[in-house]
Amino acid sequence: MNHKKLLIEPLRKANPVTVLVLGICSCLAVTAQLKPALVMGASVTVVTALSNFIISLLRKGIPNRIRIIVQLVVVATLVILIDQFLKAFAYDVSKRLSVYVGLIITNCIIMGRLEAFALSHGPWESFLDGLGNGLGYSLILVIVAFFRELLGSGTLLGYQVIPQSFYEAGYQNNGLMILPPMALIIIGIIIWINNRKTESK
Amino acid sequence: MLEVFKGNIRRFFDRLKPTFNEGGKLSWLGSTFEAFETFAFTPNRVTKQGCHVRDAVDLKRAMITVVIALIPAMLFGMWNIGYQHYNAVASPLTSHLSILTCFWFGFLRMLPLLAVSYIVGLTIEFAFAQIRHHQVNEGFLVTGFLIPMIVPVTTPLWQLALATAFAVIIGKEAFGGTGMNFLNPALVARAFLFFAYPTRMSGDNVWIANDLWGTDAIVGATPLGELAAGLQPSASALDMFIGTIPGSTCETSTIAVALGATLLLITGIASWRIMLSVMLGGGLMGLAFNLIGANEYMDLPFYYHYLMGGFMFGAVFMATDPVTAAQTNIGKWIYGLLIGIFAVMLRVVNPAYPEGMMLSILLMNCFAPLIDHCVIARNIKMRQKRAQVKPKATTR
Repeated sequence: MNHKKLLIEPLRKANPVTVLVLGICSCLAVTAQLKPALVMGASVTVVTALSNFIISLLRKGIPNRIRIIVQLVVVATLVILIDQFLKAFAYDVSKRLSVYVGLIITNCIIMGRLEAFALSHGPWESFLDGLGNGLGYSLILVIVAFFRELLGSGTLLGYQVIPQSFYEAGYQNNGLMILPPMALIIIGIIIWINNRKTESK
Repeated sequence: MLEVFKGNIRRFFDRLKPTFNEGGKLSWLGSTFEAFETFAFTPNRVTKQGCHVRDAVDLKRAMITVVIALIPAMLFGMWNIGYQHYNAVASPLTSHLSILTCFWFGFLRMLPLLAVSYIVGLTIEFAFAQIRHHQVNEGFLVTGFLIPMIVPVTTPLWQLALATAFAVIIGKEAFGGTGMNFLNPALVARAFLFFAYPTRMSGDNVWIANDLWGTDAIVGATPLGELAAGLQPSASALDMFIGTIPGSTCETSTIAVALGATLLLITGIASWRIMLSVMLGGGLMGLAFNLIGANEYMDLPFYYHYLMGGFMFGAVFMATDPVTAAQTNIGKWIYGLLIGIFAVMLRVVNPAYPEGMMLSILLMNCFAPLIDHCVIARNIKMRQKRAQVKPKATTR
């Protein structure tokens, strides 16, 4: 199998969020600002890549009837590791992400890739597939968070981007951008544009 | 004279036509040309296939009737903007204040709002029609008129432009354009402003224009705002009925709205079932709160709810939108009743949302298809029951 394709395809053509519509809940919850979105994206990427890799190594030894439990054990272990790591080295962000790091366990993308890919492919390919899907998820997260933070708070990564003179001239931050429904609408717009491009090809 | 003029325009369009037709130089602007041509002349093509309704009232006529029905409210709103302004600036109210002065002030304030709403909305409509090779349709005619009528007069123009764009793109075009939207676009615009710029929409200093061009406003609480803050409304019921109270530009006068409602009912453009049931629902909920009577707001006479804020305006012009309302007759009753009930409930129970009409209509817009589905399913079941042959008791 083409290794490059495994990595590139989930970014746009088979993007887990915009095409498969998985992992939407966390997209709504953590994208009000760019920094938590970046951290969340990185965490999910690590978990998908490593869990895909580990499950793929174990795939021949796992009895079919208890495979979900085994997968959950692997994913949960990785998520707890990430959670502890964030608490130790990035306490602020981990506090802001609160339960959503723990909830990576239930992220449909991870289970989806394990079931659909890792159980039937070799470890290296599974690792790349997990990495690609994690990156595809992060990409959407970052795009959504970019617009939400820029228009909702006038900042990017916490730095003031929209100059003060704008506010003096009457500009106001868009409060709707802070609210979760707007994340859904932005994802909808991304899907819209994406579909139109693939249609016209 | 008129004939010559008409002939000239006809020739003008005929000369331009080949350029815009398929294969022409400007064929990518075909829909735009078609829109202007049918604006000037009745199209000479007839539908050749498919079934269609033959009726004098087409989309254009229905839309223009609604616009005419809106005019009393619009004129009164313009006068009220000026009245509120002079009342607040030059208090005590000077006696020489003529109707025309007030009206002229309001007219100048209203004109930019109307212009922005139409320019932004129509540009997007034309662009979408062009990209999709559709004909430009008349759906925005009413929406563009409604949007400036239901926002505070002090709304900055760029915010209004943003809200209009949001309403047309997300509220309408994303679902396929006029007739396919499940939310009322004008209310989507207002909801956008309400959630995006709450200080401009639900603050207490947003309702009266301070000067002619600026967006400064004078503190002037609406009756709903006063009630949400735990006060009694300072305006009398009669003032609220006539409409000389602060509020969104054109929603304040019950009389003007009632005039429009009369026209809509006579022509049959809007559903009397919806209007009546919205009022019934609101009244019943008001009476129910009277029975509970836990605080002063709940003790408010039920008819106050009709007079305050946008209740009547919403009931007459928003809830009856034929695209987003329930379609079945029983469905319309349920839909209207629930709008009235929720509107009053939101007003009284939730102080964060002083005006519940907008949110309750949007909520019921979402449920209208479900209501219709249930009504139709029930009807089918009933008829099936009727059609079944009862097994005869066999005698032996």
